[in-house]
Amino acid sequence: MDQIINFIAENPITIYMVVMAIYLGFELISKVPTVLHTPLMSGANAISGVVVIGAILLIRQSPSDDYLALSLGFVGIVLGTINVVGGHSVTNRMLEMFKKK
Amino acid sequence: MQQALINLAYLASVVLLIVGLKRLSSPAIARSGNFIAAMGMGLGILVTMLIPLGSGDNNYILILIGLAVGSSIGLILSKRVQMTAMPELVSLFNGLGGACAVTISLLELFQYQEIFTGEIVGDVNMGKHFTTLLTIFIGGIAFTGSILAYGKLAGKVSDKHPAALSYLNIVFLLVLLALIGYRVISPDASFMIPWIILGISLIYGLTFVQPIGSADMPVVISLLNAFTGIAAALAGIVYENQVMFIGGILVGSSGTILTVLMCQAMNRSLFNVIIGGFGGSSKKGEDDEEKVAVEATLNDVAILCRYADRVIMVPGYGMAVAQAQKTCKELDNLLTGFGVDVKYAVHPVAGRMPGHMNVLLAEADVPYPSLLDMDDANSLIPDTQVCLIIGANDVVNPAALEDSSSPIYGMPILEVFKCGQVIVLKRSMNTGYSGIENPLFFKSNTKMLFGDAKSSLQNLISEIRELG
Repeated sequence: MDQIINFIAENPITIYMVVMAIYLGFELISKVPTVLHTPLMSGANAISGVVVIGAILLIRQSPSDDYLALSLGFVGIVLGTINVVGGHSVTNRMLEMFKKK
Repeated sequence: MQQALINLAYLASVVLLIVGLKRLSSPAIARSGNFIAAMGMGLGILVTMLIPLGSGDNNYILILIGLAVGSSIGLILSKRVQMTAMPELVSLFNGLGGACAVTISLLELFQYQEIFTGEIVGDVNMGKHFTTLLTIFIGGIAFTGSILAYGKLAGKVSDKHPAALSYLNIVFLLVLLALIGYRVISPDASFMIPWIILGISLIYGLTFVQPIGSADMPVVISLLNAFTGIAAALAGIVYENQVMFIGGILVGSSGTILTVLMCQAMNRSLFNVIIGGFGGSSKKGEDDEEKVAVEATLNDVAILCRYADRVIMVPGYGMAVAQAQKTCKELDNLLTGFGVDVKYAVHPVAGRMPGHMNVLLAEADVPYPSLLDMDDANSLIPDTQVCLIIGANDVVNPAALEDSSSPIYGMPILEVFKCGQVIVLKRSMNTGYSGIENPLFFKSNTKMLFGDAKSSLQNLISEIRELG
């Protein structure tokens, strides 16, 4: 508990950043036409795959004989990459439909 | 110097994500937005590969293999998917993202505790521990919830809504929050608790989504997408990584607002959607009056369309299932050749995802100006001779205006019953996706044309050609 309170005490900039990023997310999306709801959701879904970065960091930090960390991290990278690459690719396919008049 | 470059590159990555998301909300530049966001993501991953780390063996080969395998699977899935099945795929992808968040949180736990015994083998930073537990909780729900939403959309899981589930969900939520709180506040609490949290979160994801009707899955997917975003942001705190942190928060907040917008398009509250049990509850057969739907002959319909001044097509999920969008366009071309003004009325939630119909019709080269949104369509309908309802049901159900006991009462609809003649192309008299009976079928100016949307349209086209 103390550590949580300390975190708030010591990281005011981070906390400001959280609030502003939340507000930015609201603002970015608030005026979107219905037509784009599905592609936008798909695009946002692809972005949520940033979590793959965590998996990469984990594997890099692990010794090469820590098989548990390596295998779990590998699974994480595969899952996250499917989310990122598949997400952007499927979004692109949806948006391709709007391209031609 | 190196650290400064890394910071700047991460900053650029975050800016690209923000600009990409912004551009995704405007039709003309949306495609570039997706591309820019992908660039941002690529840059973020690249920088992550290059950051100097204090410990570890880098294991680059394994990482590259993982990236290659994941990219190939993602590309293959996204290229192969049918346009109608896209919502499911998005849900599946989102579930995998949630699973990734859970996986890395578990690894984080293993840095300081034994897997099975929960024995502590390292220093525990309680702030990080708390964040990790939250990531497991939220990521776990996003994982199993998305997979179930995928199953429901793909028709693999049926809609059953035992009333007990709603209470069970509240219990699960309270237990989870209590467990997380207990583990963090009390230093003596067992380190087996994270396992219990993981287990309940995974089950909670299923019980959270199960009561929600299939018709509402798009809203749920958007919400679960926001959850994955929040899980990514929390993991970003644990790993002190700005891209994960900001990217996650952006998805969390934009996903939340998008969920609310989708609910507004259906004139329902998020709470109402989550409580679930939507559909099938409308009173049925209450009045004894014999309801008879009149069947139309192809010849009738052909003549009606051929000599109309204006025909409005109302596409719905039936069109998507029958892959009839190109046939619609063919009929459109034929009728336009006879001087008929052909328009398409697209309800905001027609199909199973908002914008679904627009995507399909654009695929069939229907020009953008021919697509009417709900308000424009409703003002044109009274001056329209024929409305062809192609596999749509709930979005043209007048019960939404007339029957206050109907579950969809208050939802804005396309008021097709105000036009001269309504022709409903439908496979059978079954109720629509939401399971609500549609009084439109029994109106005096409505006729039914039974059959698969695509073959009905093709027959109609040849019938009109024969008229000459």
